[in-house]
Amino acid sequence: MAAVKQRVPAIEGWFDTDATGPHLLGSRCTQCGSYFFPAESMYCRNPHCAGTEFDTVPLSRTGTLWSFTEHFYQPPEPYMSPDPFEPYTVAAVELADEKMVVLGQVAAGVAHSDLKAGMPVELVLETLYEDDASEYIVWKWKPLAA
Amino acid sequence: MANEVAVLGVGMHPWGKWGRNFVEYGIKACNDALADAGLRWTDVQFVSGAETVRNGYPGYVAGATFAQALGWSGARVATSYAACASGATGMNAARAQILAGLCDVALVIGADTTPKGFLAPNAGERWDDPDWLRFRLMGATNPTYFALYARRRMELFGATEEDFAAVKVKNSRHGLTNENARYQKAFSMDEVLNSPMVADPLRLFEICATSDGAAAVVLTSMEFARKHTTDPIKVAAISTVTPRYPNTVIEMPNFATDSAHSVAVPDISFRDSIAAAAYEEAGLGPEDMSLAEVYDLSSALELDWYENIGLCKPGEAERLLRDGATTLGGRIPVNTSGGLACFGEAVPAQALAQVCELTWQLRGQAGERQVAGAHAGITANQGLFGHGSSVIVSR
Repeated sequence: MAAVKQRVPAIEGWFDTDATGPHLLGSRCTQCGSYFFPAESMYCRNPHCAGTEFDTVPLSRTGTLWSFTEHFYQPPEPYMSPDPFEPYTVAAVELADEKMVVLGQVAAGVAHSDLKAGMPVELVLETLYEDDASEYIVWKWKPLAA
Repeated sequence: MANEVAVLGVGMHPWGKWGRNFVEYGIKACNDALADAGLRWTDVQFVSGAETVRNGYPGYVAGATFAQALGWSGARVATSYAACASGATGMNAARAQILAGLCDVALVIGADTTPKGFLAPNAGERWDDPDWLRFRLMGATNPTYFALYARRRMELFGATEEDFAAVKVKNSRHGLTNENARYQKAFSMDEVLNSPMVADPLRLFEICATSDGAAAVVLTSMEFARKHTTDPIKVAAISTVTPRYPNTVIEMPNFATDSAHSVAVPDISFRDSIAAAAYEEAGLGPEDMSLAEVYDLSSALELDWYENIGLCKPGEAERLLRDGATTLGGRIPVNTSGGLACFGEAVPAQALAQVCELTWQLRGQAGERQVAGAHAGITANQGLFGHGSSVIVSR
């Protein structure tokens, strides 16, 4: 039987899964309550706040599709492209609670024609690329099942 | 007249793709600008370089590189980097010296020679750098962002592929007689709409190329200028504003915006604020502008800029274009130079090239591109990592 590849995050500490499902991990300033993604740990970027303490918090799993685009040319490194290149779609999603827009590829099987600005979407975790040993996992966006 | 700054000379090396030393291009632009100003290199008291980050150390210290290339003269020097806004930031540094009374004559210079294809981050792994991560984690290229904005216009305002193509067609006609343009070709709608899709909905001919090029501007005090010309062009404003928190419009190279959960969004967006700051400083409004040079990194982005510089309300840019208002001969021609559509982008030189075009137009020296009676113009662009850039010049 062929060895199963281990699934590792393409980047550590940016997303997680709990009982309710996968979510991005952001930080929240303990002084003013501002959310940050990627997580802020140095200094609060609200110019009126001098906070230096942050809580790690799960961000909304769902959001609204702000815009999207399908790519037909292979980008340069460090993008880890399959060979041959496969077109991929990037979506911009406004998170339900945090009122921030986050980019990410769309999930496998989601076609460009499935997408419309304003539609509800949810976060999933899927393979971004793989090598001999591992599958590297990243967050992606998927239209919420009707 | 007290405390005013003038553009006394402008010069450009044509845009193209030769891969020669950027210094060669810049020397030509400097000498042309100095000749245009009726000055010698040794009259320059302050050199303000706009940096190129693709040419190693000489590019990082561009101001000094050009001071040495033209011949060490003991002039004071500074170099600015603000990505695509570097030229405006360089102009701002120079005019501040003049306004402070520290010099009368300054030379602003930006030049570049650039690799082909997508603009990629520098080599090496940089897990703290959003400009590296956006490629690694999702393949968000420069066209990705332009395409997201373009698709948004289609979804919100009913913009069509034909609208985006029409911007390219318009600009290609404008640039046809511009000897500095890299592409001097009148594109047809069919040619643009049949070019390959790069990042939907944007096609190859709707996304600007990267180019070699150089532009230089001689700035002087107005008092000095009036001794050298009867028709000085006034620098009415330079805006180099940063965004205000929270900025919730996704901006290159980031893959997430600020959050508007705890702090309300500002009353106007970052891009709107760039021109707004310039208008406020100049004491002018969009209705006072005879023409504008805006950053058409993609054809669709030009439409966003119409709204950002106040030519029309959000959602009305397509109508402005379709009505012919922004075509030469129309009410408010935009990108009479031909824009990035005809030039491609030479990062440190581009904002200066915009100022060169406005200067020629205001002097009545734009030949077949001339806007009749041009008396005031605005440039608009934006550099990565929050660099606003807008210059207003007037007669």
